[in-house]
This record gives sequence, C-alpha cells and structure tokens, in this order.
Amino acid sequence: MAERRGTGRRGPVPAVRARWRGLLLTAALLAVCAAPFQLVPFRVFQLTMVLVYTVALIGLNLLVGHGGQISLGHGAFFAVGAYGTAIMMFHGGWPYPVTLPAAAAVAFAIGLALGVPATRLHGLYLALVTLAIAIFLVPLLKRFESVTGGSMGLTLAKPRPPAWSGLAEDQWLYFLTLAAALLALAVNHSLLRSRVGRALHAVRDNETAAEVMGVRLAFHKRMAFAWSAMFAGAAGCLYTWVIGFVSPDSFTVNLSITLLAGLVIGGLGATWGPLLGGLFVMFVPSLSQDVNKAAPGVIFGLLIIVVMYVAPTGLAGLVRRAAHSFGRTLRKG
Amino acid sequence: MRVTAIGGAAAAALLATTAACGGRGGDDGSTTATGACKGQQTTGITDKTIKLGGIYPLSGPASAYGDIPKGIKAYFDYVNGEKGGVAGRKVEFTVRDDGYQPPKAVEEARRLVEQERVFALFQTLGTPSTTATWDYANQRKVPQIFVATGASKWGSDTRHPWTIGWQPNYVSEGRVYAQYLKTERPAARVAVLYQNDDFGKDLLNGFRKAVEGTRVSIVKEQSYEVSDPSVEPQMRNLATSRADVFLNITTPKFGSQALAADAKLTGWNPLHIVNNVAASITTLRPVGFRNVQGVVSANYYKDPNDPQWDDDAEMKLYKAKMKQYAPGADPAVPYHAFGWAAATSFHKTMEAARCPTREGLRDAMRGLNNVQVPMLLPGVTLQTGPDDGFPIESMQMMRFKGERWELFGEVIDTRKAFGPVTG
Amino acid sequence: MAGFLQQVVEGLGAGAIYASLALALVLIYRFTGIVNFAQGELAMFATYIAWQFTHAGVPFWLALVLTLAVAFAGGMLIERVVVRPVEGAPELTVVIVTVGLFILVNAAAGWIWSFLIKDFPNPFPRGALEAGGVGVAYSTLGVMGVVAAVMGLLYLLFRHTKIGLGMRAVASGPESARLVGIRVGWTLALGWGLAATVGAVSGVLVAPLLFLEPNMMGGVLIYAFAAATLGGFDSPAGAVVGGLVVGVAETLSGAYLDFVGSDLKVGVPLAIILGVLLLRPQGLFGRAAVERA
Repeated sequence: MAERRGTGRRGPVPAVRARWRGLLLTAALLAVCAAPFQLVPFRVFQLTMVLVYTVALIGLNLLVGHGGQISLGHGAFFAVGAYGTAIMMFHGGWPYPVTLPAAAAVAFAIGLALGVPATRLHGLYLALVTLAIAIFLVPLLKRFESVTGGSMGLTLAKPRPPAWSGLAEDQWLYFLTLAAALLALAVNHSLLRSRVGRALHAVRDNETAAEVMGVRLAFHKRMAFAWSAMFAGAAGCLYTWVIGFVSPDSFTVNLSITLLAGLVIGGLGATWGPLLGGLFVMFVPSLSQDVNKAAPGVIFGLLIIVVMYVAPTGLAGLVRRAAHSFGRTLRKG
Repeated sequence: MRVTAIGGAAAAALLATTAACGGRGGDDGSTTATGACKGQQTTGITDKTIKLGGIYPLSGPASAYGDIPKGIKAYFDYVNGEKGGVAGRKVEFTVRDDGYQPPKAVEEARRLVEQERVFALFQTLGTPSTTATWDYANQRKVPQIFVATGASKWGSDTRHPWTIGWQPNYVSEGRVYAQYLKTERPAARVAVLYQNDDFGKDLLNGFRKAVEGTRVSIVKEQSYEVSDPSVEPQMRNLATSRADVFLNITTPKFGSQALAADAKLTGWNPLHIVNNVAASITTLRPVGFRNVQGVVSANYYKDPNDPQWDDDAEMKLYKAKMKQYAPGADPAVPYHAFGWAAATSFHKTMEAARCPTREGLRDAMRGLNNVQVPMLLPGVTLQTGPDDGFPIESMQMMRFKGERWELFGEVIDTRKAFGPVTG
Repeated sequence: MAGFLQQVVEGLGAGAIYASLALALVLIYRFTGIVNFAQGELAMFATYIAWQFTHAGVPFWLALVLTLAVAFAGGMLIERVVVRPVEGAPELTVVIVTVGLFILVNAAAGWIWSFLIKDFPNPFPRGALEAGGVGVAYSTLGVMGVVAAVMGLLYLLFRHTKIGLGMRAVASGPESARLVGIRVGWTLALGWGLAATVGAVSGVLVAPLLFLEPNMMGGVLIYAFAAATLGGFDSPAGAVVGGLVVGVAETLSGAYLDFVGSDLKVGVPLAIILGVLLLRPQGLFGRAAVERA
C-alpha cells in the first residue's frame, strides 16, 4: 500500500551518481548552515518550524510509510512532548536541554503502552482509535488544570543563546532544531537498517506471510508505534522551545490530520518525504491566503487534492521522477 | 571531473558568503524620528501613510470571526477616501490568517513586523494567538493595539506595556451580571453553562468572585467543548437544579442551542442571561423570537439589527459606507460593526498621539481619557491609564422584547462598583 | 426513575442523529472500502442547498426531494472528478483526498453562506409526547422514524437487488468483479451518490436540532464513527443500533458519572471504539473478515 522504493535498496550505486549525491549533500548542508545568516528572522522562524514538523513526520513515516499502519493521532504524541516539556520547565524548573531526551522518553513510554491495542488493530480500525485519542486529548488536558494550566495553557521563557555563540535568539533556536533534526534522521536511518526496519517492511508488504516466516508481529508493530511516538514527542519538545507557549487548542485533531496529509503529500516511505511534507505543512497555508483572502481553506483543500492528483506517490516520488529524467538527459548529453 | 569542479566552486562560494556574513547586516529597515520625538521608532509610518497588520482566523473552525476585519477595512477605506486618512495619513491595513493556531499567529506576526514592516499590530484575535505573540511584540517594541479577546491579562499584566485590549474583559462582564442580580434577584440560585476554554472560565470566575459574600449563589455548573455536537444534554442536567437564574456563557452556535433547549424544557423557566458574545440578533433569530422573550444580556456597542439606532447618525454612516466600501458584506452582521468601532477607536487614539511614532501610539493607548466612540453605546467611553489597560469597562443591561433588544437601567461602570480588575 | 428514563430517551434522540450519519459511512464503506472523512461535510453542504431552496420559497418537502437529487448527482460527480484520478493509488492516498475534500467543502460553505448560523425549518411538529412523566419530543420520534426507514431501504438494496450484489463484489475485489463483467467505475460512482443522498437526509434531520452552520457535522463525525464501529462497518442495522447505544451511553455517563462529567464525555466514543475493536473487531452485527495472504 505504500511507496516501495527509496529505502532498503541494496547494491552498488554508479560512481558518477555517488559523486553527484555527495556534492549535493555538501552544498545542501552549507546552504542550511548559511541560511539563518542570510534571511530575516521571520524566514528563519519559518525554517525552524519546517524542521519541527520534519522531525514529527520522520516518526509518522516510520509508522505509516514503513510500517503500513495509519495513525490519525500523531498530534496527540506531539502534544505529549510539548506539554511534557512545558511541565518540566514550568513546574520542575528543569534546564531546557534536559527536556528533549526526557520528552522523547515519555512519549516513547506512552506510545509503548498505547501500542498494545495497536498491535491488534490495523488499517481503518487503528485510524479510528488514534483519531478518537486525538479528540479526547484536548478535554483531558483541560481537566488537570493545576498541572497543565487548563485551557489557558502555559507560557514559558524561550531558550537563550549562550553568549559565546554571538547568535540571535531565532538563530540559536534554528541551530538547536537543526541539530535535533539531524539526530532524528540518524536515529531513523539506523533503525531502518536494523532488524526493526526489515521486520517493518516485511509486515507492511505482507503481514500474514511475515508472521508465517517467524517475524514477531505484535512486538514489532508495538515498537514501531513507540518509536514513532518518540519522534513526535521530540518534535513537540522543540515546538515548546520555539513557540514558548502551549495550550490545549493548539493540539486539536486538525494537527494530526494535517500531519498525516503532510506526510502522504511529501511521500510515504520516501527518505525525503518528511522534509517535503514539513515544507508543505508550513508554507502552503500561507500560500493559500495569498491566492484567496476570502477563503484560504478552499485553496488549501484544493491543493491537497491537486497534489495527490499530480503525484499519487507524493512529492518525493515526483522529485525522483524528475531527477531520473534529468539524469537521463545528462547522460545523453 | 567537470562535475567535481562545478560542485567545488559552488561549495567554496557558499562558504565564502557564510564567512562574510557571520552576523546579520546592521540595516533591518527600521527608522527613527528626528526633532521633538527624536530616537523614537517610525517604522511603518510616513507623513503620507501608516501601515497596520491584523491577524484573524480566516480558515478553520473559528472562521466566523473572520468578518471583523471587513468592518475595519471598510472604515479605513472610508476615512482614506473621504477624510484624508487618519491624522492625515492613509491607512494600509494588511490582514493575515492564522486559522486560530498559535504557531501560525507567531509566524504571521513576524511576517507583518519583519517583512511587511507594519507600524503596529492592530488586533490579534483570540486568547491563545495573542498569548503566543505578545512576548514577541513587546520585545520588538511594536504596539499590539486593541486585541480582540476579552481575557483580563491584557489589562492587568505590567510586563507587556505594548499590548492592550479593547472590548470589556470577560471578568468585567461577569461583574455586570452579578451587579444586576444583586439588585434584581438578591437571593438568586444560578445555574451556569460555560464553554470550557479561557473565555468561558474567565467570565465564570469573574461572576463567581463578584457574587462572593452575597446571597446570590451558583448551584450547578456544566461545561461543553467546542467540538461537542450539541449542549442539549448539559441543559437537561442544569434543569434538574431548579435554579431560578440561568447564565449562558457560550459562543453563537451553542448560544442558539442553549436558548432553544431552554424554550423546550417547559418545566424549567429561569431568568435567562445570555452573554454578549452570543447575544446578537443573528443568534436569537434562528431560535424563534417568541422563544427568547424576556432574555437579558449586556452590551457596549450599537447592534446594527436594533431598530432604535435606525436614525442614529453613526449607524446611518456605517450602513452607507459598508455598502459602498464592502459591497459583499452584510452590514447587519454585528462583527462588522465591532470592527468598525475598533477601527474608530484606533483613529481616535492615533489622533491623540503626541508623536507619530510607535512610542507615541503606546503612550496614547495607555492615556485615553473619556474618549467618545460614536459606535459605542451612549455613556460607554474609552478610559485607560498607566496602570489601567482596559479601555472599555462599562456595559448596559438589555432585555429582549418583541423583535429587538431594549436597553434598560444605567450604564454599569464596573470600575466604580468593584475596583480595578487584577490578574 | 422518571429522570433516569428521561435521560435514556434523550440519549436515544442523540443516538438517532449519530445513526443517521453512520448509515452514510457504512454505505460508502460497503461500496468502496474506504472511510470518507468528508461525509459529514458533504451532508452539511447538502443541507445548505436545502436551506437555499426553502429560502427561495420552495415548499419543504419539494425542497427535500430536490436536495436529495442534487446530492445524488453531486456525490457521483465527486467520485468521477475528484476520486477517480487516484483510484489505483494506495488506499491512504484516497483517504487524504477525502481530507482535502473535507477542508475544501467546509471552507466553501463558509464562503458562500457565511459562518453565521441559519435557522432551518423543522419538518416535525413542536411539542412532546408525554407518558408516565417522560416526554419524547415529536422531532425525536420523527428522526428515529426516518432513520429506521433509511435503514430498511438500505437492507433491501444490499440484500435483494443486483446492485447490492455487484457492490459487494467490487468492494471485496475490483479486479475479479471486473472479470465477471461488473462495471466497477459505475458501481463506485453509485456508492458515492447514494452515500451523499443518505448523508443529505442526515443533514436535513439534524439541522433543526443543532442549527445549520459550516461546522455542524464536525462534532457528530466521531460519534458516527463509534456507532459504525460498534455495529460493524458493513451493517446498516448495526449502524443504527450502534448509534443508539453510543447516544445513551454518552448521555448517561455525562449525567451520572462524576469523573466523566460534561467535559470528558467525548471519551465515551473512544472507550466504545477501543472496547469493541479489542473484544469483537467485526462489531455487533458485522461479519468477520478473513485475512488472505
């Protein structure tokens, strides 16, 4: 059901392409490091949010793209990370760097617990359960007012750049988020290379066959759920750092749905899918209101449909096709 | 080989630019004044123009409020076209959509301030979006004027001098109803339906505090979520309390549902107080006017649906100019009148500013003295001070009769009756 | 006791509303095998069309017939224009298209008719039937009657017509259905058309009770999902029974369980979905699916 190329491909890559790829990566890395010095703070903030969404989508990609399971409750784990961070900083007075691993661990644990029903459900049913969880979370956060600040939420101080760096606040947040995103990519990469990744692909491609071949189905589905929650929790932590404010109404079911839409549009199971999805989630709503001030939702909804129409395998699939034909032209020329 | 060379060159060029621009360039486009107002910020304002930016939910579930900027735009277009602008400057009003999402509001606030280079943020809508942006506005020293939310913190917080509310805060509104009950129904037993968010809780708490120590008591409370399909079950539970007053703290759709449920519950006939947010004729009409007779509420600006303002000069002007400058928008929608009144308030504040600078606007908005705004009810004026960040704190009670609201009693000034609102 | 019975009756009233939308969800699932997130929004949009007709002076029942016809045509059109291009794509792609449709239809309704609430005529008489201290509103009885009738019609359609047979073949395997000569494309379009029609009935039924505005069906959707899950996603009777049970459970727990209260009521559909899926995944009335490798 998902995009089946892109990852887990083995075999030698032609030397020319390897060199191209290396160069492109170097250039991209340089551009990414140079960006916050060239752009106005507002653009830097936008890129920071793209990275936050990217981290969340890396997790969702693990579950949906590689694990073949549908989650409409990813925003709930995002909220767990965001609120966990806010509570640790607000009530516990913890220094912010500690909150990232802590929030990720909390989300992982909750994902593991909620993964119990997930191991027994799939497809439509898992989607419904996760949707109900996402809806239920909002009143739940409001109920425990003394801890969560209730419907007013919690306001926090943003991480300050250390004096030695000479950076502005937005630049510092950008580099923090960038480092976390690269770390997430690395963790994700090694996960997929491990037995977990192979088991996930086996389950996705044919659940029954995988079980017959001795893959511990329940265990791996549960782990996929937990890992995915961990990335969402980490992204939620970054969100709290960047925005400095959490409130229940920031984490409605719309967030979960937007994240899933972003991932499918970016490209399921594709390496660059989460980044492209993050870009879509960040920039397309702004673009929509530039096109039509009266009803930006009309344009946003239309764009989702049109992208799916043009690129049923997501933007990553489209980019790969484009790169492929470009490569062919290059070889001919 | 060729490929490596190109890539290497590109990488070197990138490295060079990065190194060269280790920090940001000094010129970020901001300007300052000379002369009497020397050193104050004049970004976004010239002798001819003034740029403002507003953030509203134009998409998503709170889109109903997206009508407010239409009234504002119509007002500014009118003064630009016929009155030479605000204090001689044409107003350029940019509206951005945040979908009622705090992170989006932060992004749009930064866009307006850093890219559009607005002079001031004129209205951000909703408590979450305003909370997410006010630190930024105050760090950048950009006025965030007349935010469209009634949370009490805009007025009582002292660390954010650049942010100020406009409409009566929800605590004050709660006090108005308490004051009314103390004289009309001194032993009232009150049942409350409230929206489970900052707005509902603020109003309920204001009311609760104001009735403390009196014989008015709250006997039952029920909340609802905006995602609930209906408040009918809550209304049924409230009816079991046999309270003799019902306080309806809801937003329009749920307000209509609660009014309809009250009419349907024939065994329970309390005095029905509906809060201002849900008191518009547009909320009452779908319920059927015969079902809402005798309902009371409070208001502070003129409802365009109310026939008693048909001959009012400001209302005539509003209706004519809405038709002219916002032809697609229905002048009967109260959100438009709300926007019009807020824009008029900005106009008066800007005219009162001693310096045409951000600092000048900040000082003016914190020094409003009995300023009349024709769209507000007679007797309701703008009044602020260095420690008082609540421009409107007076409301007048009204009762629904026939097909319209009838104002009754004096304008209730909650400052006089209860003292200042504290955080 | 009368108070408790009254709560049960009100719960049944709410349940009938959930059941009406659940029927549309079941229908489209039976035909196409997908969950349509936009189902509630399409129902809302159809209700606006009905409102437009009555606003223009068309008598209510004629307006209803016209609306159902428009909804049927509109549903088929959406399938042909919006869903068809992604027919062969992964299931999730189709689901995301319905999410896009959700956002699009919601915003379009607000754009055309504004977000202010509209009054919608109630086809049923006011007042209530009183018996033993318990009152049942005529409108509640009316909604239940219509829901029962729609359920009966769907049962006949599924069981006793050629369309029902073809539809089941398509949902269980489009390729093999095509091989035995079923026009798969038309069957899918028919499914969307019928689901939109049933959704329109639902919208017209709930609009006088919830008041018409673009977000009218948003809150109902999760309850309708719970109803369909409880009853079994392929059973119209299950959707109705499921809806009633969900409505009663939600109302009673909101009224009598203090730790649930009115704010955590939305946890009830979650608990029901979770409980059903863990204990009896095919629902009360559904048939268990057989996993094939």
